[in-house]
Amino acid sequence: MGQQHDAYFVPTKSYWPFVAAVVMFTTVFGAAHWLNAEPGDASFGKTVLGIGFVGVLAMFFGWFRSVIRESLAGSYNSQVDTSFRMGMMWFIFSEVMFFGAFFGALFYIRMFSIPWLGGEGRGVLTHEFLWNHYAAAWGADGGNGPQHIGGAFHTVPAWGLPLLNTLILLSSSVTVTIAHHALRAGHRGKILVFLGLTVLLGALFLNFQAHEYIEAYRELHLTLHSGVYGATFFMLTGFHGLHVTLGTIMLAVIWFRVLKGHFNKEHHFGFEAVAWYWHFVDVVWLALFMFVYIL
Amino acid sequence: MSHAATHDQHDDHHGAPKNFFQRWCMSTNHKDIGTLYLIFALTMFFIGGSFAMVIRAELFKPGLQLVQPYFFNEMTTLHALVMIFGAIMPAFVGLGNWMIPLMVGAPDMALPRMNNLSFWILPFAFTLLLSTLFMPGGSAAGGWTMLPPLSLQSSSLAYTVFAIHLMGISSIMGAINIIATILNMRAPGMDLLKMPVFVWSWLITAFLLIAVMPVLAGAVTMLLTDKYFGTNFFNPGGGGDPVLYQHIFWFFGHPEVYIMILPAFGIISEVIPTFSRKPIFGYKAMVFAIASIAFLSFIVWAHHMFTVGLPLGADIFFMYATMLIAVPTGVKVFNWVSTMWGGSMTFETPMLFAIAFVILFTIGGFSGLMLAMVPADFQYHDTYFVVAHFHYVLVTGALFAIISATYYWLPKWTGRMYSEFWGKVHFWNSVIWVNVLFFPQHFLGLAGMPRRIPDYNVAFANFNMISSIGGFLFGASQLIFLGVLIHCAFFSRKKAADRVWEGAKGLEWTVPSPAPYHTFDVPPVIHEGDLAHGHPND
Repeated sequence: MGQQHDAYFVPTKSYWPFVAAVVMFTTVFGAAHWLNAEPGDASFGKTVLGIGFVGVLAMFFGWFRSVIRESLAGSYNSQVDTSFRMGMMWFIFSEVMFFGAFFGALFYIRMFSIPWLGGEGRGVLTHEFLWNHYAAAWGADGGNGPQHIGGAFHTVPAWGLPLLNTLILLSSSVTVTIAHHALRAGHRGKILVFLGLTVLLGALFLNFQAHEYIEAYRELHLTLHSGVYGATFFMLTGFHGLHVTLGTIMLAVIWFRVLKGHFNKEHHFGFEAVAWYWHFVDVVWLALFMFVYIL
Repeated sequence: MSHAATHDQHDDHHGAPKNFFQRWCMSTNHKDIGTLYLIFALTMFFIGGSFAMVIRAELFKPGLQLVQPYFFNEMTTLHALVMIFGAIMPAFVGLGNWMIPLMVGAPDMALPRMNNLSFWILPFAFTLLLSTLFMPGGSAAGGWTMLPPLSLQSSSLAYTVFAIHLMGISSIMGAINIIATILNMRAPGMDLLKMPVFVWSWLITAFLLIAVMPVLAGAVTMLLTDKYFGTNFFNPGGGGDPVLYQHIFWFFGHPEVYIMILPAFGIISEVIPTFSRKPIFGYKAMVFAIASIAFLSFIVWAHHMFTVGLPLGADIFFMYATMLIAVPTGVKVFNWVSTMWGGSMTFETPMLFAIAFVILFTIGGFSGLMLAMVPADFQYHDTYFVVAHFHYVLVTGALFAIISATYYWLPKWTGRMYSEFWGKVHFWNSVIWVNVLFFPQHFLGLAGMPRRIPDYNVAFANFNMISSIGGFLFGASQLIFLGVLIHCAFFSRKKAADRVWEGAKGLEWTVPSPAPYHTFDVPPVIHEGDLAHGHPND
């Protein structure tokens, strides 16, 4: 912005965007067909979904490969760099709003739905006529609503695995920042160590979250069907886990790119974009730890 | 980094590729992608319009004449989804694609390949959505708002939800591209407060899109998991609440309403000064009014839900917040009128549509104020009064602005003039029949006729018949529009000047007509008099 450029840069034609549209369509068409099939019906949906998913992976691989090649060829000037940065920033903002919808649902349910079902405020008559035995409470004592959908369950205690996972993610934010500083100082060995640590911490987080889910289903009887408590718990932590998975894969890709020497002190937007994403995932986790586990 | 080397990358700057697939499916050219968006929007406009014809045909007389009630409900649902996500929004994105780089002196959009992806998602998304019509069990039929628990009964919900996810991804990427283009690609000297109002309106709209499309994605994802994965977000038995869906949906839905009108404000703010041969009255006020409307759009969502049983305090807050929007909107209408005041006006087709916009959109705004009042809304809610209201703001508002913009910039796109005579025939037919179509619906609504029903009390028969006649003729009038477009693109002999309209200001008029395949390969030098607002060297 404000800088003078001798010439603008417009990238060459590419078939990847069209391929991307096709594979995205294939994926969701397969998923929809699979979900919509009556139980017992033979559905080709799963197969189509699988093909689409592999296609999406291949598309990402191909598209990013061509972008990396152009970047290494020195095609991108500082204006393109700024466009990329803005793109990533606004993409993360859209992700914030996506999580906002689920956090909004959680707050609404805890502040309004559950108390109203218990007879507060506008819920007096609903409570009286429909479910007058229901005492409004969050967590194990009423989080699955007046019909106790999903049966009795226990909540995941905040001070066990979730606390450990908080420490793991916070440490990973530190390690990725150390790697970034090392990158700016030009110490490739140090970058590889600390970026590698970040990837491992991400994987460790996912490992513990898998343990947590297994324990929730087997021991605590907390499932996706455990009323609205189970729904908000698994959807929030699940979407977060999905983002950690993506972030870990992205970090791993960046690790290999560092190994191949794709970045230098000035030009390492790919690294920074992934680091921003990782910090975003970290912040979402802190909100989750606070509002899903502790409070 | 060497700029000379980078420029060699850009291999196709001598003209459009000959290969059809390369040109249209692999494009990184904002003009070609803009054209694709506009053609797609026009196609969807006629598909959505044909659904509306089915609705008006069924409502021509009381009683069930032509279609089954379920099919009628499919038509109302898909008419809305197709018109909103398929016609109005892609048309605005297409106009933005074509005009924003030309208006700010950029060579293209900031992220041209993502731009291509944003477009190509749409035909696939609408294939997915419309294919549900042919499936056993039919398409979604619970209204475009998809309120649970009704929407959860739709047997093809997964297709609808995934189609909406795809449209959302497309919109978000389109919006990111527009923001990056406006903030990062302006020519030297094109300061933010010298940009055309259309560019400003798109910058703010793009922000709204990024803020709310993910929220819609979240809402429909909850529908999906409630139906297929056994969650209980919207089931009170499990502690959820169907009203929760309405809150999330309308947190998206109300800014969405402004997403469909702010670019229209921008267009009208380009057209009226041109044909009044005066700069726009109160440029900064116009920009800040758009920003205020965008801000207020986030705190008024529950005015769609006054009758669901909100706490009284919420009803009152949302009533006053909604009425507040009339202030910046009033500023805009006042400034458009003041721009015309004392101007040497001429009345070419774009100007006619723009003036009709100002008058008829204001009618829609006034009925909106009536609906904003909680006690009154208890009477009007879910009646034809609401239908009349939002069709005045969306048809005579958003759509008229898109048509106005099309006539305004068509000579720049094609290099040829359209037929002014047939343009005016199109205008007068549209403006008369659209009022015959929608004005009686105010009376129907006030008399108590509910929305979304295929049959009605005989007391409503006369106004419904008048409305249907208006509907058929308004629909037929749009075929004139199609004819004018085809004539202009392929048959017109009348060459357009570079500065097509005598009073037109802005960088887009400094390039030849038709605009060359590549414009502003190097940042343009802005001369005195090029800009509509401000001077290049301030």
